Amino acid sequence: MKTVVSRDQVQGDFVKKVAEISGENFFNCYQCGNCSAGCPSVNEMDLLPSQVVRYLQLGLAEEVRNCKSMWVCAACMMCQARCPKGVDISKIMEALRVLQLREVDAKAHIDVTDFSEDYLERAPQIAMISGYRKFLPL
Amino acid sequence: MKYPYFPGCTLYTKAKKLDDAGRECSRRLGFELDELPDWTCCGATFPLVNDYHIAMSGPTRILADTKDQGGNKLVTLCSVCFNVLKRTNHVMRTDEERRAKITDFIERDYHGETEVMHYLQVLRDDIGFDQLKEKVVKPLEGLKVACYYGCLLLRPVKEIGLDVMENPTIFEDFVRALGAEPVEFPFKIECCGAFQTVHSMEVATRCSRDILNSAKNNGADVVITTCPLCQFNLDDRQPEIQKSDANFTTIPVVYFTQLLALALGISPADLGFERNLVDPLPVLQAKGAISD
Amino acid sequence: MGDVVELKTDETADVPVAEEAGEPVAAACSFGDFEDFESVPVDRRVMVIGGGICGITAAIDLGNAGYQVVLVERLPSIGGRMLQLSETFPTLDCAQCTLTPRTVETGQHPNVTLKTCCEIEKLGGEPGDFKVLVRQKVTYVDWNKCTGCGTCVQKCPTKSVAMFERDAGLMPAIYTLSPQAVPNKPVIDADRCRYLTKGKCGVCAKVCPVGAIDYEQKESFFEVNVGAIIVATGFDVYDWKTKMPELGGGNIPDVIDGLTFERYLSASGPTAGAMVRRSDGTEPKEIVFIQCVGSRNPELHKSYCSRVCCMYTAKHARLYKHKVHDGQVYIFYIDIRSTGKGYEQFIQQSVSEEGMIYVRGRVAKLYEENNKVIVKGADTLTGRQIEIAADLVVVAAALVPNEGARELAEKLGLTCNKDGFFVEEDYKISPVDTGQRGIYIAGCCQGIKDIADTAAQGSAAASKVQVFLSAIRRQKQDAV
Repeated sequence: MKTVVSRDQVQGDFVKKVAEISGENFFNCYQCGNCSAGCPSVNEMDLLPSQVVRYLQLGLAEEVRNCKSMWVCAACMMCQARCPKGVDISKIMEALRVLQLREVDAKAHIDVTDFSEDYLERAPQIAMISGYRKFLPL
Repeated sequence: MKYPYFPGCTLYTKAKKLDDAGRECSRRLGFELDELPDWTCCGATFPLVNDYHIAMSGPTRILADTKDQGGNKLVTLCSVCFNVLKRTNHVMRTDEERRAKITDFIERDYHGETEVMHYLQVLRDDIGFDQLKEKVVKPLEGLKVACYYGCLLLRPVKEIGLDVMENPTIFEDFVRALGAEPVEFPFKIECCGAFQTVHSMEVATRCSRDILNSAKNNGADVVITTCPLCQFNLDDRQPEIQKSDANFTTIPVVYFTQLLALALGISPADLGFERNLVDPLPVLQAKGAISD
Repeated sequence: MGDVVELKTDETADVPVAEEAGEPVAAACSFGDFEDFESVPVDRRVMVIGGGICGITAAIDLGNAGYQVVLVERLPSIGGRMLQLSETFPTLDCAQCTLTPRTVETGQHPNVTLKTCCEIEKLGGEPGDFKVLVRQKVTYVDWNKCTGCGTCVQKCPTKSVAMFERDAGLMPAIYTLSPQAVPNKPVIDADRCRYLTKGKCGVCAKVCPVGAIDYEQKESFFEVNVGAIIVATGFDVYDWKTKMPELGGGNIPDVIDGLTFERYLSASGPTAGAMVRRSDGTEPKEIVFIQCVGSRNPELHKSYCSRVCCMYTAKHARLYKHKVHDGQVYIFYIDIRSTGKGYEQFIQQSVSEEGMIYVRGRVAKLYEENNKVIVKGADTLTGRQIEIAADLVVVAAALVPNEGARELAEKLGLTCNKDGFFVEEDYKISPVDTGQRGIYIAGCCQGIKDIADTAAQGSAAASKVQVFLSAIRRQKQDAV
């Protein structure tokens, strides 16, 4: 599988936007992989957190936009807490999610009717509210 | 001593037992939780993108209300509220541009004056675990407790600063003060899956399984938490875990204030254990934490 | 260039040397004397601080050039870190076999005076004519009487954890640091000696045939007048046990650091070179090495690369495989840095011949489970999070300046960088010069480096000292 990498991509609008709203500089990352070693959601991810950053470094917008990883990040901040370079990947994941919800896929990614009544009776408000905040267009 | 207190939405309903026990215990320990009037939801998530300031208007209003009522400390019991308020306050203190934008919008004068505290901090820093130990009327001797911190009580370290991220001890010290025995387990700071429980439930199921197995493997009788979301995931995921793992044995997950209440002599009947999916009463009885 | 701090020995109340100032006083416990040393003018006398391979190299070079050298070492014997190593890369030579002839040569060199158990107290004078006040620490053994017979060491009933063995072995309370120690004279560990802590025992004093044990010995001070100083105080291992709880915080017995692993590999180590786990004495079959532990981590630990870990980890893995043929090695790395002569070949040969797995990624956490150490890591090449149930984990912890480097810098008027390494005048073109004329730095105290580079800097500093003192002599001649 050949991928063309170019200045236009590396310095492209999409990655600039992600950098801007996340406030994170991907180029701080030297790809050690510590984030991926400790991430609790990796089982459900298609790209490791460090790979998401790598794709952003290369400016491969489509691959990142279509990745599943941003949707299963639990924002536990373990990656951020252990990053040797202080990169906050939870912010990058959120930026990707937000851009997707704003610009591409402006629909609710959770549906309250999917849950049983018993579940809704037991689930704490903070679960539902944070779910809505993370998975519905702002 | 009187502390402005922010219960938050969940503690008013689904996690009422966390709140009830916390308030009753505070009275017995000689401090008062003075609920903020007209409080609103904290938002349940701290916005992780830089262009979404509106999410901080709610928590900022809560912080400003605390200040206007003359309180300088705001106490929370819920890890989520604690994290959101503490991080918002960090922005108020360190980011002049965003602070101005938010406070202008809500038309309040606020510069981060309020100190956001978790209830555990009040016990550690203001009451003191030694004092707490003296107030214990029913030491929970022999009860092995897995102290589950989760994420939001600890991270991000620079903004929260409650304890050492990789090896916190505040919860263990608390448990020791109650006369119980904390068990070390390597998953005490791992994530339970958090809000993924309403999106990718398998994340919460797997994370919960690993945490609970780790606690049990290290000899725990019960897991304690400060967070209604952690409590929910760890407790409610257990039937699902059993479906995929026949060898999985259940373990009760209770709020730290419930354990505190038992140690302070409050009747288990008043502690709402019936809401737990995995009934804590058998093990609490077996270990003598509950008399009858 | 800054000025040398002024000597204030005379006004100093807390240091009991007022009368002796200016005149070297060989304390009762000192080994050797200053007669030879004082037979030459000050512009032919040099002090070397630190008795590791760097300081030894400098001292021998200067001694061979006809200079009188006083070598100050704070431990009881010379040899430094290299003496703790098993074999050295890239040739796999036995470290002790390489080093011992040099330590013996240093001890016997007619132009080198050893001052062990000594630390620098104060610097005065001026470049070309320094006056260094040295603290002679208490050894509880009169080394002038002691013959080094070793009876006291054999008979001492107290056994405690051995510093030299990095907690991997035991030693008596009266000890020499290592076998074939130079000088081969014992010292008493006052914190562990039964007589000194409880007033009972006294076995060493009873068995000593020459009455050298002196429980009443007191600390003393002496002053040395030298023309130039070389600082070669070396390195220590980063305190990963307290700083990195995610690696078990030192509470998992089968998680050890690289320097400790050296002792297990060493034929003269606590296990006589047998490859066993500290927890249960079994042979580890799955072994994980982790590089860059605390290094290259500006956010949480040390920002710099510790330079030697890539090579010594490959060496460790290879030596392990020589002992455990059916064992499996995994090495977590970020990048492999093998820039020395023959180093890259060494790495490649290690990998291809021993079938060791280089895992390109990090380890987030270590914990014990079922008598194994669970390694939670990532392999960024496959894009997988991976878990290994290891029998033994060896962490290549960051290397840091030796304890007390900052204090020494203050005393000598040197500067340290934020990590505590001494700052050279110019990294590229005058790496052993400092802001202080007449004071030179060499070896790992200037920045972490391997043995080859360390020895090179030791020689470089010795050479610089000779240039400096020649210039001083010429100035004097011109003045006359």
